Amino acid sequence: MIVTIIDLVLFCMLVMTALVIVQTRHLFAVVMLSGVFSLLTALLFVTLDAVDVAFTEAAVGAGISTVLMLGTIALTARRENKPTRSGILPFFVVLVTGAALIYGTLDMPNFGDPNAPAQVHVAPEYLTNSIHEIDIPNVVTAILASYRGYDTLGEVAVVFTAGIGVLLLISGLGKGREDMKDD
Amino acid sequence: MEHHLILRVVTKLLASTIILFALYVQFHGDYSPGGGFQAGVIMAAAFILYGLIFGLDTVQRVFPPKFVHRLLAFGLLIYLVTGILSLLLGFNYLDYNAFDPQHPSHGQHLGILAVEFGVGVTVTGVMVAIYYAFAGRSPPVDDEDW
Amino acid sequence: MAATSETAHAVPSSIFDWDFIFGHANYWLFIVLMMTGLYIVVARGNLVKKIVGLNIFQVAVFMLYISIGKVTGGTAPIFPLDMQVDPDVAYSNPLPHVLILTAIVVGVATTSLGLALIVRIREEFDTIEEDELLVIERKMTAADNREHGPAMGGRA
Repeated sequence: MIVTIIDLVLFCMLVMTALVIVQTRHLFAVVMLSGVFSLLTALLFVTLDAVDVAFTEAAVGAGISTVLMLGTIALTARRENKPTRSGILPFFVVLVTGAALIYGTLDMPNFGDPNAPAQVHVAPEYLTNSIHEIDIPNVVTAILASYRGYDTLGEVAVVFTAGIGVLLLISGLGKGREDMKDD
Repeated sequence: MEHHLILRVVTKLLASTIILFALYVQFHGDYSPGGGFQAGVIMAAAFILYGLIFGLDTVQRVFPPKFVHRLLAFGLLIYLVTGILSLLLGFNYLDYNAFDPQHPSHGQHLGILAVEFGVGVTVTGVMVAIYYAFAGRSPPVDDEDW
Repeated sequence: MAATSETAHAVPSSIFDWDFIFGHANYWLFIVLMMTGLYIVVARGNLVKKIVGLNIFQVAVFMLYISIGKVTGGTAPIFPLDMQVDPDVAYSNPLPHVLILTAIVVGVATTSLGLALIVRIREEFDTIEEDELLVIERKMTAADNREHGPAMGGRA
């Protein structure tokens, strides 16, 4: 019960931060708020028992992505222009989508239900088998590196590709191409 | 950042500690929360902090861009080669039992260590390379506009 | 067949079934969060703001996954160091943790790719507002039409 209440309070703070981000037009404030948002997310992940994920979110969200966004607004603009169109049509679209999604959740099992379909299939298998098959205490690492090694290989390849993409776009590694453009 | 004495002193103390922590997270990931992804990000954060305070040129003397670019491919290569090694030993791709068929769990430990190291190297490389790319561009507006 | 699947769902007996509301409030809040992100993406013209909105959307999806993995009374899926696992201890589902852990790092890598594109757009067109970019693009298309239109058979 107490966990659910902490969870809901943190979630409400998260939603409020998001709503403030919608309102703010000063981009520096937006970036700082998104750092706050990430830290709140990390706290929420801890209450949801996902300590590994919380760790990653705290390092990535509050550290790296804040620095990158600051770098971007330093290179582009400090302020957002006043919105020229009315927000009514987007609001309506969002409302309809949200209503459809909420209708979808009505069929979902209760939060934290130990007999939910997600809990009774493959998860107990990992939890019982990894004790003797892998023999390391952190099950998340065991699944990440061993049971789902292919998955992680793919993710690393995606990170690598994104890095190459950034380098080609803005680091001047693509200089040869720049020269060709001026034909 | 020449005049921020406190930032400079604290950064000097912190940067090495952060790197040490990253190594702990990397190699203790089997026993506690952590692993290659987190360690890579934390390691990159140490260099980014150093770069923010002491300038891009200083940090690039420590960690040259050329080296970073090699690093980012090297990590993925470690991962791929681990898989190919297990293939050559007659097991499935990325089946770490290959490294110690008598004690499969020992083989698993070795394989996980190698793979996580590869992940850590790539993530460090990518994050630092991205930071270099962004920081290496001169801003079109000067600091007065903030 | 239809009858059995009907009974399997936790359909609330009344609107104010507290058990049901507490069990689902989490999902509803995450949907509010997700829609906030979506609203920023569709209604705001600034490209950096759009990326922040996309991040909020992404975090909401992460939340959904982690919420699904949570078990009441469970703990983080890390065994004691000596591997003497007590069968009475409930562990939360580690699988969503693995998926989201990698997704966060991939997310920041792809976000930075988006930011790099924004930097290039600003250098090329000197603006990062969607409306102004649209005007510039129309002008460019019109100029192209004027230049190459006859060669393309009057329509380009």
